[in-house]
Amino acid sequence: MEKDLSLGEFIITRLIKASGYSAIVFVTLIFYFLLREGLPTLGEVELGNLFSTRWYPIESYYGILPLISGSLIVTIGAAMVAIPFGVGTAIFIAEIAPRWAREILKPLVELLGGLPSVVLGFLGILVLAPNLRILLDLPTGLTALAGSLLLGAISIPTVVSVAEDALDSVPRSYRDAALALGATRWQTIWRVTLPAARSGVLTAIMLGVGRAIGETMTVMMVTGNAPVLATSLASLFSPVRTMTATIAAEMGEVASGSVHYHTLFFIGMVLFIISLIVNVTASSVVFRQKKRAERVLS
Amino acid sequence: MKKQLFATILLFLMLLSLNACADTPAQAAAKSGDAVYIENKGSDTMVNLALAWAERYQDLRQDVRISVTGGGSGTGIAALLNNTVDLANASRQIKNEEIDKARANGTEPIEFVVARDAIAVIVHPDNPVNALTLEQLSDIYSGKISNWNEVGGEDRPIVRLSRETNSGTHVYFLEVVLRLGQSDNKTLFAQNTLLLPSSEGIIHEVRQNPNAIGYDGLGYVPHDLKVLAVADVNSSVYVRPSIETVNTGTYPIARDLYIYTAGQPTGVVKEYLDWLFSEEAQTIVADLGFVPVDKPHYP
Amino acid sequence: MNRNLVQRLGFGLLSTVAFLTVLPILLILGYIITQGAPAISWEFITAMPYGGMRSGGIWPAIVGTFYLTVGTAIFSVPLGVAAAIYLSEYAADNTLTRIIRLAIINLSGIPSVVYGLFGLGLFVFFLKFGTSILSASLTLSIMTLPVIISTSEEALRAVPQAFRTVSISVGATRWQTIRRIVLPEALPGIITGIILGLNRAAGETAPILFTGAAFFLPRLPGSPFDATMALPYHLFVISTQIPEMPFQIQYGTALVLITFVLTMNMLANFIRSRARARRQW
Repeated sequence: MEKDLSLGEFIITRLIKASGYSAIVFVTLIFYFLLREGLPTLGEVELGNLFSTRWYPIESYYGILPLISGSLIVTIGAAMVAIPFGVGTAIFIAEIAPRWAREILKPLVELLGGLPSVVLGFLGILVLAPNLRILLDLPTGLTALAGSLLLGAISIPTVVSVAEDALDSVPRSYRDAALALGATRWQTIWRVTLPAARSGVLTAIMLGVGRAIGETMTVMMVTGNAPVLATSLASLFSPVRTMTATIAAEMGEVASGSVHYHTLFFIGMVLFIISLIVNVTASSVVFRQKKRAERVLS
Repeated sequence: MKKQLFATILLFLMLLSLNACADTPAQAAAKSGDAVYIENKGSDTMVNLALAWAERYQDLRQDVRISVTGGGSGTGIAALLNNTVDLANASRQIKNEEIDKARANGTEPIEFVVARDAIAVIVHPDNPVNALTLEQLSDIYSGKISNWNEVGGEDRPIVRLSRETNSGTHVYFLEVVLRLGQSDNKTLFAQNTLLLPSSEGIIHEVRQNPNAIGYDGLGYVPHDLKVLAVADVNSSVYVRPSIETVNTGTYPIARDLYIYTAGQPTGVVKEYLDWLFSEEAQTIVADLGFVPVDKPHYP
Repeated sequence: MNRNLVQRLGFGLLSTVAFLTVLPILLILGYIITQGAPAISWEFITAMPYGGMRSGGIWPAIVGTFYLTVGTAIFSVPLGVAAAIYLSEYAADNTLTRIIRLAIINLSGIPSVVYGLFGLGLFVFFLKFGTSILSASLTLSIMTLPVIISTSEEALRAVPQAFRTVSISVGATRWQTIRRIVLPEALPGIITGIILGLNRAAGETAPILFTGAAFFLPRLPGSPFDATMALPYHLFVISTQIPEMPFQIQYGTALVLITFVLTMNMLANFIRSRARARRQW
């Protein structure tokens, strides 16, 4: 084949290649800036203070444990919503629903994914929180639970679409074989299809959870933002303060270069690392599944 | 279709090249000779006051445009130090570190007291409690008192609402109420105090939650909430916040509201500041539920 | 019989779950539409806010969101599509490519508020762009990049290999093949990806919070170095920051925002399904 090395083509090819690497550049740049602005915290704040249970930066209490626990509890709550509803809906769409129902359900779930998080937070303040307080007889409705319900809703579309893809990619022949052996459709789903799609469904759940940890505006608007250490699931029913909400609420105020500024970047760094772990794990699950599929095929 | 897209991109790039230096808007506009823009940012307590002022002033002076942004006193002062705004609104006095930082940047923050404000303690209208002492308020917010029946109310848990820590109101409330104005007092807010990002958040929660107690600038409090009378330390006289009780000094939780400039104001910024002390501007202060100041308070 | 009962119960359960999942979506939409519709008028869309934003319109927020979206597109579309071309047409299956993919997956998972931090650190302070449309657009661009790259790559890969082979065999260069054959075929898919990515950018608040959003501006932004109002941030502001804000305006703003976002979503779906239906290979 003739190699055309005209200048225009040469430049364009170079540009395309450079763009190809851009994702690496940006991830590195983001991590670099978080480290650059976040790591000084370790020198400025004593570890005993940093890993204590009181967050009150204007008096130099920089304990990030309540914030981490707040993010965790809200995320656990969100997972308890998103896993059954997300996976259930995915199974329904992929395996059970008649064509017309699928045509209605899929775009509707995508709609939920398209709703800006501020809109959900807005309804959370006006509608969800007051009703939660009355319904559950809580001191206040601005609780981790309110955040969990909304974050669950936000992660459902991710869970549904990834899990549905995973179920779809289970070869038709698996189901046919099970049905031919006399299994009902229900047994086929539970014993054959779902186990075969297990790793994909797991990925779906992890990506959904990752989405929930990183969500900001909704939690800031509905969780009450009290930096209390969440120690058990009972904390779902009281106010919490998440890492994301802390950054969003306080970053605007701090003078750049102050201890508080560095600590907020440190929290950002923690968030970045958590999302890194979640995503690397989720994608390695996908890779492993692919490899297994290749093994089966060869 | 392609051409339109191209045109849009071109337009954007033209805008991009239009302004390549990062002056504050007033400086930039002074160069270009167009309408002058004043950038004003800071205290959420003052944001509505600042908006009302800005709207009225722009009616008077068509050649001046004032943008107003909230975010908290610290936000405004930080922006002033970073040279991104002309005026910083603050509901607390500038801190020494902030002054040091300004000097390090080569400017001197100048302070103007433009209004005064009473901080009202608010509860749900159905709450039978009408008055509290400062000590009781301190005990409630520090977590020593957690049920309304300890201060003569119903048997209900107390839900404490506070502004975020970047708010001047928060800092003021900490110093004057929680710590009763004693500089050696290290009392802190109870950890389960809800930190709401805005005044409106507090009002919304108090309006629908009979367990809640909150505080907010008097100018913010709507009529359907109950404002508590407060008794000063060592006093048994309960006083409700109003313009009179603030000016006579009998209401214990009142403070000055400030505007800071980086260096002595000049040009339109100075004209605007002068106007803020006019009768017209101070009438707006009173209309919005704040307390007017009598005369220009130049340093 | 027992097995069939189990199956019927199971199917019943799952359909209930699916129903319960979509029911809130319908309720949310219905609620916002009924509450917000009375606020919508020509004036509401095209007027500046006044009276402490408690009356008037939301025009500057709409314009601001438009600017941010265009700004985001300027940076993210060329970069994202080029990166997708690289991955689908040039990249070899090696460790470097795997690292690029991992980086893209990571970019897509980084919390939006962390993008905000990054934008503040890099664009606002380090590059001294200030709190501006430029800083916010750049921040949003990086955030939308993974969406654009992965959907565009998928669209490019869907173009059959035979197209390329034929083109190259008649003497076209690689770039000519990409530009004349592959890109036009993949265009609907790429556009869908771009719309979905920009849509996400248009609805975001956290990344622009410290990089470009303004509470209230008495004028439209005049240059990319100005801060700007934006619909999602405006909704946040009027629903949490302004006392005695009329509910109508809040719901009206929410309605405008979701109408914008959902229309874009539907447009993307429409382009995608039309392209699928027309596809002859």
